[in-house]
Amino acid sequence: MNAMANTSSMASRLSATGTANALELRGVSKFFGALAAMQDITLTVKPGERRAVLGSNGAGKTTLFNCITGDFLPTSGVVRMFGEDVTKFPPHDRIRRGLRRTYQISLLFGGLTVIDNVYLACRGVSRNRFSLIRPGRSDALMHAAADLIEAVHLTDVHDTLVSELSYGQQRQLEIALALAGAPRFILFDEPAAGLSPTERRDLIDILNNLPGHMGYIIIEHDMDVALRVAESVTMMHNGRIFKEGKPEEIEADPEVQELYLGGGFTHG
Amino acid sequence: MAVTEDTGTAPINGKPQSWWSGLSLASVPTPYWFVGAILLLLPVLVGPFMLFQVFGWALILGMIALSLMFLGGYGGMVSLVQMSVAASAAYMLAIFGESAITQISLGWPWWVAIPIALIIATAFGTLTGALAVRTEGIYTIMITLAIASAFFYFTRQNYVLFNGFSGFNGVTPPELFGVDWRQPTPFYYLTLFWAAVAYLSVLYVSRAPFGLALQGVRDNARRMEALGYNVTAHRIAAYVLASFIAAVAGILLVWLNGQVSPGTAGIGPAIDILIIAVIGGLARPVGPFIGAIIYVLLRTFALDFMVSIGLSGERFQLLVGVVFLAIVFWSPDGILGLWERWRNRMNSTDRLTGKARDNDGGSEV
Repeated sequence: MNAMANTSSMASRLSATGTANALELRGVSKFFGALAAMQDITLTVKPGERRAVLGSNGAGKTTLFNCITGDFLPTSGVVRMFGEDVTKFPPHDRIRRGLRRTYQISLLFGGLTVIDNVYLACRGVSRNRFSLIRPGRSDALMHAAADLIEAVHLTDVHDTLVSELSYGQQRQLEIALALAGAPRFILFDEPAAGLSPTERRDLIDILNNLPGHMGYIIIEHDMDVALRVAESVTMMHNGRIFKEGKPEEIEADPEVQELYLGGGFTHG
Repeated sequence: MAVTEDTGTAPINGKPQSWWSGLSLASVPTPYWFVGAILLLLPVLVGPFMLFQVFGWALILGMIALSLMFLGGYGGMVSLVQMSVAASAAYMLAIFGESAITQISLGWPWWVAIPIALIIATAFGTLTGALAVRTEGIYTIMITLAIASAFFYFTRQNYVLFNGFSGFNGVTPPELFGVDWRQPTPFYYLTLFWAAVAYLSVLYVSRAPFGLALQGVRDNARRMEALGYNVTAHRIAAYVLASFIAAVAGILLVWLNGQVSPGTAGIGPAIDILIIAVIGGLARPVGPFIGAIIYVLLRTFALDFMVSIGLSGERFQLLVGVVFLAIVFWSPDGILGLWERWRNRMNSTDRLTGKARDNDGGSEV
């Protein structure tokens, strides 16, 4: 009886968290002085949903990411993650709750090796961040880090200093850092920027092979990439949400085409 | 020196190793054995003056500079308060333990006074750190410099606790195991032991999660936040460890000098610690000790040198300054940087052919 009661209560808890949106923004605005970088953004992303955010430079896409991660505190509005109000949380508390992000310009630890970078990412979302004991080679997190390095095809440069990596390799490492631990929701800020066609294909493979429960938002200028990895699209313009919908709807939308110089938006 | 400074990582599928990996004696390169042997045999090789006043002092200053190296080299935080932390430990030992100033000193036994001194000095350094970590770069330097000078003026003007201008004298190490630790050879081994402990600890911690994360904070604090680290807490924790090392050095310093006074923690000595760390090199824990030995040799023998070339002896600071200038000019990363560049040139291979280059460093076409 007792066990059954426990099971049912756990089931109800699970379904409660299951129904909570991965991400919910209500009326979020960010002003820098008088400049509105982002105004009155209301956005809902379901768990496991994969969404692309499009928009020209200055549309407020990266500001949106910074408000979600807590790099910036929004001027007004509420940010909820998996049902929890995180508006005032510092970034590290959001990350420990399963949020991850990559940066448009790689933010890596140039003075450390590839394995150390990924190991730090794994350690950051687990216990003993302040441990004074060296990790052994058989350390579980070391193995997790090595697996991630393999997943982003960087095994060859396992022990190389990050400052010596090529641009494309740094972009791949950027993704490995975001996949560390058990991410529930990831923000990718232009992961394909500056990649070669082959590297782009690799990137699309990596994104499409992510486990189904891992939702993400991806900022991407390259429509070819965006449409292949996203199931919904949010268009931003001048700090506001301009359109939301399925990729093909957005692509066919005359207003969107107008915005993108009459059809220069297609990927043909 | 039982830990190599090798930052490389063996392949994952190698034999399983645990936390002590890298500590095995077999992995210590020959030069370390050589330096270690010389340091251990030094009492046979040099006289008591060199042992006590030069090497003893250098090891102590090296430890204080090591605490700065830990903050600066690994954490990217240049703190000028390390000498004040050491001096505060020295003062606390004089106040709680025994000194010639019996009306102030409480005369508690050393095994009570030393832990109290270490705790108070570490707390002082940590508190300073907690104020300083919210700032970056030059502002960290300014805040720690302000606290260092406040500490200096406070000790000079406070007579109730710090005995003002004259400070405390007659502070001696306890006689333990029937050894008079103030004698050059025992004192040298005492400082060598603690310097080695401090050096190996920093070396070890630099590859532990805490030390790696600290280097991550140095390279990119914002990204560390985005990986789940509380950057502020991490920086303050770095001050705890650095302050503790400086505090241990402070205890040794008061035993070396037999006294502590405001001059111990003046602005000059505070900046000297920075000079020592920079001369030696901030990149690796051995740097501060190299810097300290150069600094102490200059301080000790510059006077004779100035007189011998017909200049006034009190201008010895000129020579210290010129050497500092020369090192920073030729090698911004200190003696360590010079050494590494020389070694790279010796070992460099041509990237195209994989063959060893000529030792003149010129590249083949």
